[in-house]
Amino acid sequence: MLATLTPRRFLRSNFVDLLVGPHGIDRYLELIRPELTIHDARAEVVSVRRQTARSVTLTLRPNAAWRGFRAGQFVRVGVEIDGVRRTRTYSPASVEGAARELELTVTEHPEGLVSRHLLAHARPGAVLHLGDAQGDFVLPERRPSRLALISGGSGITPVLSMLRTLCAEGHADPVAFIHYARTAADWLYAPEVRALAARHPNVRVAFVATRGEDRGAGVHVSGEAIAAAFADGAGLHDAHAAVCGPPALLEAVQSIFEPERVFAETFTPPSIVLAAGATAEGTLHFTRSGASAPIGAGSLLEQAEGAGLTPAFGCRMGICHTCTCRKTAGPVRNVLTGEISDEEDEDIQLCVSVPAGDVALEI
Amino acid sequence: MPTPHPQLNPEQIETLGRELDELRNRTLADVGERDADYIRRMIRAQRGLEIAGRLLLEFGWLPPAWIGGTTALSLSKILDNMEIGHNVMHGQYDWMKDPALDSKRFEWDTACPSDQWRYSHNYMHHTHTNVLGKDRDIGYGILRMSEDEKWTPSDLLNPVKATLLMLLFQYGVALHDVETERIVAGEIGLSDKRDILRATGRKVGRQSVKDYVLFPALAGPGAPFTFAGNATANLTRNIWSFMIIFCGHFPNGTHEFSEDEVENETRGGWYVRQMLGSANLTGGKLFHILSGNLSHQIEHHLFPDIPAHRYAELSVEVREICQRYGLPYNAGPLHKQFGSVVKKIVRLALPFSSDPSKTDEMPATVRNSDGRSAPEHEPVLAGV
Repeated sequence: MLATLTPRRFLRSNFVDLLVGPHGIDRYLELIRPELTIHDARAEVVSVRRQTARSVTLTLRPNAAWRGFRAGQFVRVGVEIDGVRRTRTYSPASVEGAARELELTVTEHPEGLVSRHLLAHARPGAVLHLGDAQGDFVLPERRPSRLALISGGSGITPVLSMLRTLCAEGHADPVAFIHYARTAADWLYAPEVRALAARHPNVRVAFVATRGEDRGAGVHVSGEAIAAAFADGAGLHDAHAAVCGPPALLEAVQSIFEPERVFAETFTPPSIVLAAGATAEGTLHFTRSGASAPIGAGSLLEQAEGAGLTPAFGCRMGICHTCTCRKTAGPVRNVLTGEISDEEDEDIQLCVSVPAGDVALEI
Repeated sequence: MPTPHPQLNPEQIETLGRELDELRNRTLADVGERDADYIRRMIRAQRGLEIAGRLLLEFGWLPPAWIGGTTALSLSKILDNMEIGHNVMHGQYDWMKDPALDSKRFEWDTACPSDQWRYSHNYMHHTHTNVLGKDRDIGYGILRMSEDEKWTPSDLLNPVKATLLMLLFQYGVALHDVETERIVAGEIGLSDKRDILRATGRKVGRQSVKDYVLFPALAGPGAPFTFAGNATANLTRNIWSFMIIFCGHFPNGTHEFSEDEVENETRGGWYVRQMLGSANLTGGKLFHILSGNLSHQIEHHLFPDIPAHRYAELSVEVREICQRYGLPYNAGPLHKQFGSVVKKIVRLALPFSSDPSKTDEMPATVRNSDGRSAPEHEPVLAGV
């Protein structure tokens, strides 16, 4: 049977691809409107609101190229600042399965280029770039019968997505939602979560301030505090926990639950950045070959070759870009400019880059 | 070597290198939204011209539509290849981290697959600029472009070969990496280049199907007019890019270098070689854009991965540096520079130098009996 020829299918056809070669159909569609691309996942900002002074909540409308996410996963979001596309990962707070709606809450980091930019400049109509959703921090396929959703600070977004998804599914088993933040003014989504709890008697909510005059009871994470948060009074019996937040919160929760009953995600700790001139210590990971080597002397190109690898190269002086390679993580210093960069998933010139800490390269 | 090198001692060469590094870093620290806006504006102009040209040529049986369509498509291909493709593939916009402007992924509207171009151009040509025996842009392996290349009887055809290369330039560029002259000489076999030939064949196939089958077919009975318009656009682009590119390194006064001269060359020495080996074209703003700013060939060779629209600003400082160090800054209008290239192509068809202006100059190198260059006196770049 012949599939019906929709406009989308036509635009994706080999025929159109030949006509618009070599650039591809997206390079023409985006000139009409940037979010019209059919291969590149992008999203338009439809609304911007401020829940707290240090955060901004964006409602996005992803285009059809985006393949959605599972509650708890994170998404790479690209935003152009001064001509450069900066990519950061955010965990959506919205319900799983709503392909055309995505909600992100971005919390300001004092040094954060992207978070500060979005806080100051995010406007409806702006277009952001989306990557595929990633991450194993998701609800088990067989939903746990008693679940504690525990979060600290901006870690609320993935567990809120889980809560919203469970509620949307009509999940009727007890859920305890516990959120820790510095002060009551830092609580994200408190009205939304309380409204959900009001509609779903199986959900009980506790927002806890950990500092200042708001500092309330249950400030220390304990088995009793979590047990008390369940509405059914059955304590921690047969309970699972999903926790997202700073490492200390994870450790506290992990000490309460058996390992197979807790699933967790933390924020990546900031990488150690090195002063110009000094030699870093650490490990180079070559993800494609699976090789690794301790950081030594010389450029990343020389060090990769020293580890027995054969990356492409040309001029070896930073001119020809033949050795340009994807760095998936870690700080590197450009020896020509002295500039240090520790963005994830960026392309660097191996011949003029030296590691400034643990680095992972796609070689 | 037609012109002797200016005398610079190693310290001077190093100071000059540091000055140019400083200029480079200062410029790179400043790249941002302005450059992103510029290249996107160029892309919008190119895509607009392309769509307009293709549409008009569907009605190519109407003379005004044929003329307008062919002009728009020619300009589109020139912009695509020169100001966008060539420059993006140099990594001039890699800092934007936009996959559509990524030097490793960009593909252009011409026969040569972009990854082959990046190797033969970004690496071979820009690293070994004007080094005889290493820089295959000197004559593309088929033309005699230097007195230091041994004359053979086939060089009598130099002007004919140059004309053919100009008319078929996109295919000449595409076959650059095949190294046909080495295959002819029996140094390598066709099988050594199988992968390159296959990739080139695929790209040439897709380009040809688009320009010579699909778009003409869509015009129905007007197909021959569309075909002719597309062919003319490709031809115009070929002639234009050949002229601009041959004016980059072959006009009177540009230097060539022997492999011995560049042995143990420092970064400063590399900079000096780029300045001595390149020549600029003077003209208006539109001319610079249509040349892909290769009219600023000297600045381009000093800073190949700096956004090319900045070369005009950079040229002020580069010119001043050249003056201070007593280095030539070779610049002239297209007709003059291309005229001297044509003369060189014709002159070098013959085994002896027929240019009287060259005879009283002291040669920097002399030819060995095997035709290779060897230093006659201590080369000025030695020890750098």
